[in-house]
Amino acid sequence: MTAFFQSLGLSFEAAWTIATVAGILLIAFPVMLAVAIVIYFDRKIWAAMALRKGPNVVGPFGILQSFADGLKVFLQETIIPSAANKGLFLIAPIITFTVALLAWAVIPFSATAILSNINVGLLYILAISSLGVYGTVIAGWSSNSKYPFFSAMRASAQMISYEVSIGFILICVVLWAGSFNLQTIVEAQKGHVFGIINGFVANPLLFPMWVMFLISGMAETQRAPFDLTEAESELVAGYQTEYSSMAFALYWLGEYANVLLMCALNAVLFWGGYLPPLDIPVLYAVPGLVWMLGKILFFFFIFSWVKATVPRYRYDQLMRLGWKVFLPVSLAWVVIVSGYLMFTGHFA
Amino acid sequence: MIQVIAFYLFATLCIAAGALTILARNPVHSVLWLIVAFFNAAGLMVLVGAEFIAMLLVIVYVGAVAVLFLFVVMMLDIDFAELRAGFIRNFPLGFALALVLLMELVLGIGAYRAGALKLGTPDGTAAPLAGANNIEAIGALLYSRYLFLFEAAGLVLLVAMIGAIVLTHRQRSDVRGQNIAKQNARRPDEATHNVKPEVGKGVSL
Repeated sequence: MTAFFQSLGLSFEAAWTIATVAGILLIAFPVMLAVAIVIYFDRKIWAAMALRKGPNVVGPFGILQSFADGLKVFLQETIIPSAANKGLFLIAPIITFTVALLAWAVIPFSATAILSNINVGLLYILAISSLGVYGTVIAGWSSNSKYPFFSAMRASAQMISYEVSIGFILICVVLWAGSFNLQTIVEAQKGHVFGIINGFVANPLLFPMWVMFLISGMAETQRAPFDLTEAESELVAGYQTEYSSMAFALYWLGEYANVLLMCALNAVLFWGGYLPPLDIPVLYAVPGLVWMLGKILFFFFIFSWVKATVPRYRYDQLMRLGWKVFLPVSLAWVVIVSGYLMFTGHFA
Repeated sequence: MIQVIAFYLFATLCIAAGALTILARNPVHSVLWLIVAFFNAAGLMVLVGAEFIAMLLVIVYVGAVAVLFLFVVMMLDIDFAELRAGFIRNFPLGFALALVLLMELVLGIGAYRAGALKLGTPDGTAAPLAGANNIEAIGALLYSRYLFLFEAAGLVLLVAMIGAIVLTHRQRSDVRGQNIAKQNARRPDEATHNVKPEVGKGVSL
């Protein structure tokens, strides 16, 4: 895009700035729009599995429900508790929302549509996702109220625990792909199994890693069945208890943007990203963007499906799964995968 | 131009956040300013082309260390009057520490102005890898030239970790743990039974 703006007669720096800003807007606005639609999608799936109708009043099939909700919260008053730490109370939802959008910068939507194709793309995503916990923790502390505080404690323990195993799972993928660059990782999956299936997931050594990544992703984004931070039967609404209007909406948007990001990461790291599922020339006629968005929606359906069917975990079970099951297994798997790759001369 | 603006932005914010870390009254604010400082330092690392170090700085310090700091500091029940009461008593020690740190800073700047260290160039083992990116260059160095130092550092960390666990772990007999295997093995027909009470009669449990 920089080349296009340069061809209009701008200097390189001006063209780069305009192209980058345009790229940011081109990603941020569709993500926010997608979040609004995906919330509707989530509610419809959830309703269908509970034999209900779901939102069906606003617009045809209730498709405008999210926008109506958005308008409603926009017009509400922002209530700040008098005992709250005012500055941090308002900054917390902004952190959550910003961090949820930041990570999209390195996601390859197609072979050419990447905002910043950096060498350390995967590390960048790890770094950004480790920031997500601050929005929750600061909200819990600054609300100066007991349930949000409990929720913040739970959130920080939960997110740190699962980040560790996610790190080891990603190392397995990186070992096989030989790069931290997300586009290189996607390209490495081309014809990965028998030269015909695109995607690390069909590899018997990496399939268990994908299953663990999916479950850790749910824990990391605090989706059901791991939504202990906002367990309504114990903690009212968790860290969001004291929030109202737009501040509350920012948490809502940020949470779903994070879920979509996890879906996108599943697609990019294990399911071939923007590549078609099979390495057949006919399938490449469909644009990469369509495959990528299709895969993101597929994983979102899995997330909704799990939310609608599985009961919430107990907190000790959650910690046990993270530290006593996923951490040792993923650590052993790093050894197994690297041993296999050394044995077969993958790096030679 | 963009790099210059970015440098001054990151550098100014980093120093300001560092100053606010020690000036903030509230310890939680201090930790949050410290995080801002880490973050801007990472931005400076990106500017000099050390993107791997920048990401590690964010992942390790912001993502893990600072969360633990925040975790501990948030739990504190702070009495500000009590906090300021010991100021005069602790002043000499604090002043001495500050003086040592200042001297280290001066020495550091002096060493920096004396010129760059030529690490490993005479025997050619640590010559920069041409065309390799950050991660490959660091990896090649860590796993060849500095392999034993790297492994030793790992060993020290492992010993420290085991030591911390051994020192803090207490076997307590009065706490009931969860037996997950037993819970998973439980089946509905052995967990519940129908007592079929008569109408108007209660159930003894």
